[in-house]
Amino acid sequence: MKLEVDVKKRLGSFELNLDFGTMGNRLGLFGPSGSGKSTLVRLLAGLDLPDSGTIKLDGEVLTDGRRAIPPRKRRVGVVFQDSHLFTHLGVTANLLYGYKRLPKAERQINPDELIEALDLGALLERGVHTLSGGERRRVALGRAVLAAPRLLLLDEPLTGLDDKLRYQIIPYLHMVLERFGIPTLFISHSVEEMRLMTNRVLLIEGGGFTGEIKSGELAMQSFARGQEGYVNLMTLCDPSPVGDLCAYRWGDNELILLDTSEDPRVMVRLEARDVVLFKNHPTSTSARNLLTCTVSGLVPLGNRVAVELLCGGQLLVSQIVREAVVELDLREGSVVVAAIKATSFRILYGEHRRRGRGVLSGPASSSTCR
Amino acid sequence: MFFAPADLEVIVLSVKVAAVATFLSLPVGFLVAAGLGMSRFPGRALVDGVINLPLVLPPVVVGYFLLILLGDNGFFGPILKALGIKIVFNWKGAVVASAVVGFPLLVRSIRLGIESIDEGMFHAARSLGATWRDILFSVVLPQSWRAILVGATLMFARSLGEFGATVMIAGSIPGRTQTIPLAIFDYTNQPGKDANALKLCIVSMALSFSVLLVSEYLARRAKKTVTR
Repeated sequence: MKLEVDVKKRLGSFELNLDFGTMGNRLGLFGPSGSGKSTLVRLLAGLDLPDSGTIKLDGEVLTDGRRAIPPRKRRVGVVFQDSHLFTHLGVTANLLYGYKRLPKAERQINPDELIEALDLGALLERGVHTLSGGERRRVALGRAVLAAPRLLLLDEPLTGLDDKLRYQIIPYLHMVLERFGIPTLFISHSVEEMRLMTNRVLLIEGGGFTGEIKSGELAMQSFARGQEGYVNLMTLCDPSPVGDLCAYRWGDNELILLDTSEDPRVMVRLEARDVVLFKNHPTSTSARNLLTCTVSGLVPLGNRVAVELLCGGQLLVSQIVREAVVELDLREGSVVVAAIKATSFRILYGEHRRRGRGVLSGPASSSTCR
Repeated sequence: MFFAPADLEVIVLSVKVAAVATFLSLPVGFLVAAGLGMSRFPGRALVDGVINLPLVLPPVVVGYFLLILLGDNGFFGPILKALGIKIVFNWKGAVVASAVVGFPLLVRSIRLGIESIDEGMFHAARSLGATWRDILFSVVLPQSWRAILVGATLMFARSLGEFGATVMIAGSIPGRTQTIPLAIFDYTNQPGKDANALKLCIVSMALSFSVLLVSEYLARRAKKTVTR
């Protein structure tokens, strides 16, 4: 998917003035609240028109100031933060609303296949009032996907959900977007969601475009700006029980976790501040994981430093204080031992086993188990 | 028999006039309410004002204007004559009077219903390939049908009670244009007819109350179906 945007739009005292071009199938749009993300979504979907400028999708002009393709002909789908399901219709009718309005030749997605992929079978006969927050998002996603969009805008689809629900929905998102090959623009102000959902991220702030980076770099940039601490997102696989704990493979390393999952591959979260560094191998420690690593980079922020480590072919970040860096004499190429407690890992979500394809293949920003 | 044949005629005519007026006004009322509730066009306040005018004008004044517009020598008189339509001093006149006086109530109710629909549903429908006309029937109509029902009920009840405009344009001809309120007024002017007047009063109350009950029942049932 190729997107070219050069638009101006004034809304009261706020002015959106964007000029960028990008390519990719897993793009993110990241910016704080009030930066113009939702305005851009509305312009892309055709729900609002720019004051001036051009938007092109795959070379086709969507709007150029004089004429605009109406939303119904753009084939740009939107999954809204509030779902906006049709409350007078049941789940099935909601799902098929856009599908039925597609010319027969363009109905590329088989509804039954989608219903199976999103686990919606049990909900079909229900009214949308009876759905939980997570179920509503799944139905809204299915409804948008069935309309076979050539670009799907996911406008903060996980905002407002608690962590448990959020991590339940992400695998579905990956699964559906991968399986049906739909290019997406994922909009969020959460660094973690960006890393889990996108490959590349467009940054906007105060109504202007400020750059495009890999989603993996977003976390380090966010740390360097002092916005939030660094979080390691790791894909682990091949679980096997070790006593009452569980061992997972992570690259060439083996990690011991407290929690276990039935899934063969899991996405795991580890706070960088929970990774303790030793200069020499400690003789005895309560931490169940000791990994020998090489320092590959140091990112300072005030009195803290994010230490980038290479271990067993994987990237791990530890967040320590500057004094510790001096004391351990850490520099690029130094060899250290990283100690991580088994309880520090948190399994976010796993691959759904009964579906054939992996759902963890989506995010590029997390390290993988290969 | 409880009712004299003449009274039965009055009741049947009243119900017929109110039902026809409501039935004919519904599609127009829905479209006008949708136009006012969903779009921002120049002169919207003016259109809104004109539609609501019968609500604040004395019904007799409305009737007088209708007479000027639709009377044999009125503004549209020649056109109506050419088409062979007689409105004045005819039950159709009573329908027109009821329709005009009740219309603002209908539009107001439906418009309130339409304005309370989550605007995001329109966005969703548009991004899913629906045209505005499609949205009108696939989203707005089913979403606002409780409001439509309430509006129709109000209008029907208002039409049953319509007096001023009706007497101006349709007169009070027994068996032809005399509706319940006109008949009640007539009876109270005749000595010894108090019982007849009272009977019609009770019928009037019973009719209006039944309409409210039926509308409430339908609205409840609709809600149950949606939240199933």
